[in-house]
Amino acid sequence: MSPDVLVIGGGNAALCAALMAREAGASVLLLESAPRAWRGGNSAHTRNLRCMHDAPQDVLVEAYPEEEYWQDLLKVTGGLTNEHLARLVIRASSTCRDWMRSHGVHFQPPLSGALHVARTNAFFMGGGKALVNAYYRSAEKLGVEVRYEAPVDRIEIENGRFIAAHCTVNGKSERITAKTCVLAAGGFESNREWLREAWGQNERGEWPSDNFLIRGTAYNKGVLLKHLLEDHGADRIGDPTQAHMVAIDARAPLYDGGICTRIDCVSLGVVVNREAERFYDEGEDFWPKRYAIWGRLVAQQPGQIGYSIIDSKAIGRFMPPVFPGVKADSLPELAQKLGLDVDTFVRTLGSYNAACRVGRFDHTALDDCHTEGVTPAKTHWARPIDTAPFHGYALKPGVTFTYLGLHTDDTAAVRFNNEPSDNLFVAGEMMAGNVLGKGYTAGVGMSIGTAFGRIAGTNAARAALASKRPPAPMNKAPTAMKNEPSTLVTSCTALPPEGVRFALGRPGGKTGANHAAA
Amino acid sequence: MQPLEALTRDARALANGEIVLSAPETEVARQMQICNACRYCEGFCAVFPAMTRRLEFGKADIHFLANLCHSCGACLHACQYAPPHEFAVNVPQAMAQVRGQTYADYAWPPALGQLYQRQGLTLSLALAAGLALFLVLAVVLHGQGLAALGSTPVGGFYGIFPHNLLVGLFAPVFLLATLALALGVRRFWRDVTPATSGAPLSTPAAAEATDAVLRLKYLDGGHGDGCNNEDDAFTLSRRRFHHLTFYGFMLCFAATSVATVYHYLLGQSAPYELPSLPKLLGAAGGMSLALGTAGLWRLNLRRHPLHGDAAQKPMDRGFIALLFLTATSGLALWLVRVTPGTPALALLLCLHLGAVMALFATLPYGKFAHGIFRTAALLRHAVEKRQPNPIGLGAD
Repeated sequence: MSPDVLVIGGGNAALCAALMAREAGASVLLLESAPRAWRGGNSAHTRNLRCMHDAPQDVLVEAYPEEEYWQDLLKVTGGLTNEHLARLVIRASSTCRDWMRSHGVHFQPPLSGALHVARTNAFFMGGGKALVNAYYRSAEKLGVEVRYEAPVDRIEIENGRFIAAHCTVNGKSERITAKTCVLAAGGFESNREWLREAWGQNERGEWPSDNFLIRGTAYNKGVLLKHLLEDHGADRIGDPTQAHMVAIDARAPLYDGGICTRIDCVSLGVVVNREAERFYDEGEDFWPKRYAIWGRLVAQQPGQIGYSIIDSKAIGRFMPPVFPGVKADSLPELAQKLGLDVDTFVRTLGSYNAACRVGRFDHTALDDCHTEGVTPAKTHWARPIDTAPFHGYALKPGVTFTYLGLHTDDTAAVRFNNEPSDNLFVAGEMMAGNVLGKGYTAGVGMSIGTAFGRIAGTNAARAALASKRPPAPMNKAPTAMKNEPSTLVTSCTALPPEGVRFALGRPGGKTGANHAAA
Repeated sequence: MQPLEALTRDARALANGEIVLSAPETEVARQMQICNACRYCEGFCAVFPAMTRRLEFGKADIHFLANLCHSCGACLHACQYAPPHEFAVNVPQAMAQVRGQTYADYAWPPALGQLYQRQGLTLSLALAAGLALFLVLAVVLHGQGLAALGSTPVGGFYGIFPHNLLVGLFAPVFLLATLALALGVRRFWRDVTPATSGAPLSTPAAAEATDAVLRLKYLDGGHGDGCNNEDDAFTLSRRRFHHLTFYGFMLCFAATSVATVYHYLLGQSAPYELPSLPKLLGAAGGMSLALGTAGLWRLNLRRHPLHGDAAQKPMDRGFIALLFLTATSGLALWLVRVTPGTPALALLLCLHLGAVMALFATLPYGKFAHGIFRTAALLRHAVEKRQPNPIGLGAD
């Protein structure tokens, strides 16, 4: 049986698409490449959703208005974003949670140690895997057919229209036709060859990506992404070296290390590279606003390794790391244990310690503890590292997801030669680069996946059902929808009326998907 | 060679006065280190908020957290590090294994802690002994040989076993069981208190813990939809069947207590008929207990294989079965008694009394202990959470 809507992928965006399509009355088949135990892709590692809200909302305190959310996004992406799509995501984040709850997702107040995002982020009770479980249960209850271990290697496209997908099940290739298709199969972060090709060789002759760890799923190989970009010439967005990348414990597993491998003590101490030299202002801003740049910073260092150094004053002030740090009673001993040049290390720490101008230390504010006369400076929370025992943690770049993706618009359509496809849609990491050109801010990946998953699912169902029956009075004619992207978005996102008004009313809508800044 | 090395290391540590962690304790400490760096499960139950107040997990912390865990399964199904992940985090299972050790380690007298290891055998022997005791007594007391078991003597139950004989048999066993449990949990309390702020129990803390016990708060999943049983779906059935079991047990207990008052203070001796208070309590309690244990049995059989400690299944099921037998034999006794001319009364009475005797005798050495130690852990948790957090992290 050929389904109305074929969803390729099994994470948050795919599930949102499948649920919306099914709710709209379409028959849905979802293909997850991973086995059941590993289903959900990177969504199983997530923990919250960045949410716009104008007043306190259940687990969210105070307000996080659209403009502030947009400014935050603008800042972290350095302007590499599409304002229209970004604002679409932001507005959708303010209204999607009731729908999420109706499919069994529970929210909880922020976790201890994550109070700084109590205002901006709604936490999933139990984390992303609990959310993924809830969505699968709901999907199965609604009659969505789910197949695991069903990787799709290629799809047939004719004149920009999806025809069929080829998927390998138990070593046998199977051709699956469907009226419409949603691609939500993730980025290419677990494709080592592609990472190598994208990052290339640096001036030291190293292949930096060989030292990257992948924080998430081993199943995001980017097979379909590459296939769409290279074999079908789909319109692309983003730079293949851009990714959500954080500095994680160098001992973390190659895949699926997830949240617990993060090292959160950077702003409480100093970070040195393999040459035992500091290389960046560790106290530039609050850690939650800076953690996402440190993966890249470490990736640029020799050997793609860094060492976060703290003294005993920092213990208990950051999320306890999953692996115990290297501990020593003196700085030379610590250098030795970490395999760093003792003299350089002692000199680096000595000049940092001497440069510290300690005022009133306050880790909850941008305090006045800073350095003078040392490069790079440490602009906040600078206190001498002088109280034994000392601790050191080796850091490696940990890739969460890549930003190279398919160019899309507010209908979530895949585009060929700047023309939207009638029946092929994209959501999640495969298009997140439209909103995130670079950088990251906590919870925005799930906001993008949820917003575009829902749009893609709705539009896929609509296109499938329109092709099936003659236009009934309640269904708009597909030709009318095609030329009115904004109508499509609003009528298709199934948002409550205020959502519709937002999406329609704001003038920021550049329907093209050019980045707001280069 | 590794076990030998481990033994040598442990022996040396013991000689130095260090505390050596058992394998299950070490496993909990390992998993808590991972959980403490993740914390996604904080909303489910009391274990994770208690965990975040610690950076290291010593023996007392481990036993405290293990007994705080209700084995609801929520954190296992939500866990990104659960098997097949190489971190192999399965908190409910690790905690269950330590709980098994808690019960054995804190059993009084200590030698009887071993009974936990062979629960199937313990319970069957206790039941057989209880049954034999009453069968032999019935035969011996009436001097009619085995015919005594088929007769329906004048004077009902007390015609078979005199009231004072029953009191003389059950009271010491019950009191001994209570004493054993009390001594065990007192030692647990003393060990856990320093690890949980050391502060004394306050009235608000006691009220909160009592509420958590009586409502089985931590089987609600933190969101009210319930806990897990066979898969990642939430169900309230475990909580509801446990309520039926617990309150059924308490009603039966109340029936006996009220009957004692009737007997000694009001001079009214059993049997009591409907609608007397002992009968009402006993009938309602018996039915509730039978229904509750039947439900728990079914849920236990269908439980996800990764839940709990497989080695403790005989203990769980043995206890459920014994409670079920106690309840149903009691109800059957009532039915038989009100059906004149039924010859099985004496036999059934022996069965019921044998089951009750086995239940009482094994209270301190079986699954029943979970309620006692968990209540103690919940009380300590309610005390600890009211103290300032020793870790400054929350403020950052």
